[in-house]
Amino acid sequence: MTAAAAELTTPIPAADRAPARSRGGFSVGRTLKYAVLLAFLLVVLIPVYVLVVTSFKGPGDASPARAWNLPTTWTLDNWTAAWTALSPALWRTVQMVVPAAIISSFLGSMNGFVLSRWRFRGADLVFTLILFGMFIPYQAVMIPLLQLMLGMGVPSGVPSLILLHVIYGIPITTLIFRNYYQTIPNELIEASRVDGAGMLRTYASVVLPISVPSFVVVLIWQFTSAWNDFLFAVFFSSSQNGPVTLALNNLANGALLTNYGQSMAGALLASFPTLLVYVLLGKYFIGGLMSGSVKG
Amino acid sequence: MRTGRRITAVAAGIAAVSLALAACSSGGEGGTDDETGGTGGGDASEVEVFTWWASGSEKLGLDALVGVFEDQHPDTKFVNGAVAGGAGSAAKDLLQSRLQANDPPDTFQAHAGAELQDYIDAGQVEDVSSLYDEFGLRDVFPEDLVDRLTVDGKIYSIPSNIHRANVTWANTQVLTDAGLDPEATYATMDDWFTALDAVKDSGKTALSVATTWTQVQLLETVLLADLGAEGYSGLWDGSTDWASAEVTSALEDFEKLMTYTNTDRDGLDWPDATQQIIDGQAGFNVMGDWAVAAFDEAGKTAGTDYVYFPVPGTDGVFDFLADSFTLPVGAPHPGGAKNWLDTVGSLDGQVAFNKAKGSIPARTDADASEFSEYQQSAITSFGEDTIVSSLAHGAAVPVATLNSISDATSKFTTGASDLATFQSDLAAAAGA
Amino acid sequence: MPRNLRRWGPPLLLISPSLILVAVFVYGLLGVNAKTAMTDVHTAAQTTGRAPSSFVGLENFGDLLTSPDFQHSLRNLVLYTVVFLAGTMLFGFLWAWLLDRPVRFEGLFRSIYLFPMAVSFVASGVVWRWLLNSNQGESASGLNRLFQMVGLDFLQNNWWNSVNWGIAAIAIPAVWQLSGYVMALFLAGFRGIPHELREAARMDGASEWKLYRHVLFPQLSPVALSAVIIVGHMSLKAFDLIMSISKPANYQTKVPAIDMYVFKSSFDYASSAAVGVILLVVVAVLIVPYLVHLNRTEKHR
Repeated sequence: MTAAAAELTTPIPAADRAPARSRGGFSVGRTLKYAVLLAFLLVVLIPVYVLVVTSFKGPGDASPARAWNLPTTWTLDNWTAAWTALSPALWRTVQMVVPAAIISSFLGSMNGFVLSRWRFRGADLVFTLILFGMFIPYQAVMIPLLQLMLGMGVPSGVPSLILLHVIYGIPITTLIFRNYYQTIPNELIEASRVDGAGMLRTYASVVLPISVPSFVVVLIWQFTSAWNDFLFAVFFSSSQNGPVTLALNNLANGALLTNYGQSMAGALLASFPTLLVYVLLGKYFIGGLMSGSVKG
Repeated sequence: MRTGRRITAVAAGIAAVSLALAACSSGGEGGTDDETGGTGGGDASEVEVFTWWASGSEKLGLDALVGVFEDQHPDTKFVNGAVAGGAGSAAKDLLQSRLQANDPPDTFQAHAGAELQDYIDAGQVEDVSSLYDEFGLRDVFPEDLVDRLTVDGKIYSIPSNIHRANVTWANTQVLTDAGLDPEATYATMDDWFTALDAVKDSGKTALSVATTWTQVQLLETVLLADLGAEGYSGLWDGSTDWASAEVTSALEDFEKLMTYTNTDRDGLDWPDATQQIIDGQAGFNVMGDWAVAAFDEAGKTAGTDYVYFPVPGTDGVFDFLADSFTLPVGAPHPGGAKNWLDTVGSLDGQVAFNKAKGSIPARTDADASEFSEYQQSAITSFGEDTIVSSLAHGAAVPVATLNSISDATSKFTTGASDLATFQSDLAAAAGA
Repeated sequence: MPRNLRRWGPPLLLISPSLILVAVFVYGLLGVNAKTAMTDVHTAAQTTGRAPSSFVGLENFGDLLTSPDFQHSLRNLVLYTVVFLAGTMLFGFLWAWLLDRPVRFEGLFRSIYLFPMAVSFVASGVVWRWLLNSNQGESASGLNRLFQMVGLDFLQNNWWNSVNWGIAAIAIPAVWQLSGYVMALFLAGFRGIPHELREAARMDGASEWKLYRHVLFPQLSPVALSAVIIVGHMSLKAFDLIMSISKPANYQTKVPAIDMYVFKSSFDYASSAAVGVILLVVVAVLIVPYLVHLNRTEKHR
């Protein structure tokens, strides 16, 4: 466990500090670099500016023509209205996303371990077949999928969505874990085998504890994709039991006179949890990617 | 060898599962037949009502209708199955998939006319003729309307409200500034072009329009104006030739109309186009009469702030669409659905719903004086005018035809096809 | 026999839930779809079996591939993919490169470049629909208005409303969302390069540029390949974003996924399923060589 904890606390090795000439003092290259970085920063933030500013505008003020202006009067009305409209759905989304992310991470970890360590003829084929599942266009399978889910009697709403995100998450989670486990030194596994541990014991006591970096990546990935999913939400839940993307769509694409301020506040509200995850865990995400999962 | 056996085992597993899959889908289909047992009785504990009325005046209308429903049928729990998004496109897609998967709601909203035909062909909606007798509805709806709900002598839905599609809305201030008389109406497209030129010269958008379906609605009113009610209706039953010179000249008028429109149209939906009239950015707009709710909400007064009149050349014709409710085959709570249909067809239900939604009741026995000024004028027109079915709202043609016509229209208005191609695309779409 | 069980049992236990789920939910359903694609189910009555339907082989595929409208969709898909891929790879790589060297506030830059990935297409569509408004001149809004305000009027354009290039504008929000992810991949790639490699190159007196050009960049090709695959497959499935900015009926932004949607809503299930199969084949063309390559490089290790 300590090894894993250490991985977590030092997620990214410090940038390479070697060249002396670029350190300290003024240099044209350096200034240019910061200017470029800052320029990109501003460009990336343009849509955020519009979202935030509009979310504080009154109804007349929030029109596309005035997108770049600051609010004439600042109001919180949009936020309270959006909160009222979205909060039940936000809570349901949490209930759906957390188990979905956790279950699919464990499944991915088990698959990844087996497929990276258990060399049998056709292992690569099995892996390829699993991986291919990542690429199917979901609309193509929607009707038989609905029939199948109904046939299995899975209730619409949170239970259906958990199941679907777990199933269609298998390819990507398997991929990430498999790539990670391939970087584990063989000796580690062998040592445990010499101690007489079976595969399951080895998995639970040796492999799982050092999987934390990949778990972080997979959890973040699955959390985000389940949170942001709209297609499954439309088909397998309703406005009464559906997630926040559905509620946001209802708010933003209402039939009459879209309240732009309100939809922008809603869009921000719906994005906060995932944003928070990225801001707080972003460096672990990159750290996790680094620890093997990007290996082609 | 071992591997071989294992793969065989996996293959067998997959086969077993596929069989189960096939069994479960065919089992579902078999189930449908058993449940096709008429409309009497059934579970009335609740009713899931599927609509795309999720916000705005549509939601207010639904809320009002639910109010009446709860008074009339307190023992049936109302479950709101509203799905918003893109003028019902997400809703229709979901509905279709649910019906295909034999998981219907208890009742759903459908436009009267050809759109209903698809569900009838697919055997997904029940004949509700017996409910017309039971609720005494045969004489309260106009004959024209019931005809459009009837296929082979069977009626498949109960209408809740009626809308008119061929209405022009205009901002009086913009017209005055352009030197036009806001009271004026225009007998022909050519008269209207003169007025549109004046607005264009004054620096405003002459005609505001939004995304493809609103362009299709504009197209339908132009066809109606230039071909007349009979010629227009003939487009849908084959008696008017799509390749004719009359159609060509109507399409030329449409092409000319599009030159007066805002360039950002494809990114907008109808409320944005109506808003341009409200804000005085545009002179004219063609939209169904649900637009009146947008003017009301903006606090505008008919006659002083804005005016409305039938699309030039279509006076005396009522381009109609109606919402209606169905009883799906295999509805889990047919008793609840029956109660809902009872409220939808009732006088109280129709008055409450339409007062809030801004449409007019389908029933002819509603007291007109209870309604707004616009609604009263629409009620009068509906009683007197020639009635034709709207293209853009699924009353005139089935969904597949409408989709093809929309594609052809979008292709034309984005400049990807010329008028001749457009005309042949339309002919192909209508013939399909 | 017990030895066999001990050898095969545990791994099979761990992996079989996933295998069964993938077999049913991926391959079972793809099979159903492929079967539909080879029938003549084009009307509502046929979808429920109330009118007869029959097997027509590859007819639907022939009809689609020869239709100018579907060719337009395919062309759009290629254009969208090219812009999406080029944009994310360019920005992602550039940002990672800039951030690989010691930079103050690295965490801030990284988080902000990465965050758009956290936003759903439904949410970002709300604002991008505004930004990509096509009005110019007096009634301009969105980015066109911004260009006017900063004196770059000549940059004004009608974005996704252009018939031939409109789809490229829809790729802009996609690039905005995914560039940060590609940056994260490349950054992880840079940092994963053994320190000794850099040191060795410096010992040899290589300049910074040469160090990157000849030593570090080549190390990143597996990362680049993964990025291309991940972004590429997202691009081929592009649907949500187009739906939330444009509309399915808008000709200028049609792609196969949109066609599939429109066919399905027209009760033309056979054509819809055929589009699905075509998309899948396109994906396979992209992915299968990659997977083969993966397997080969692993065997060589």
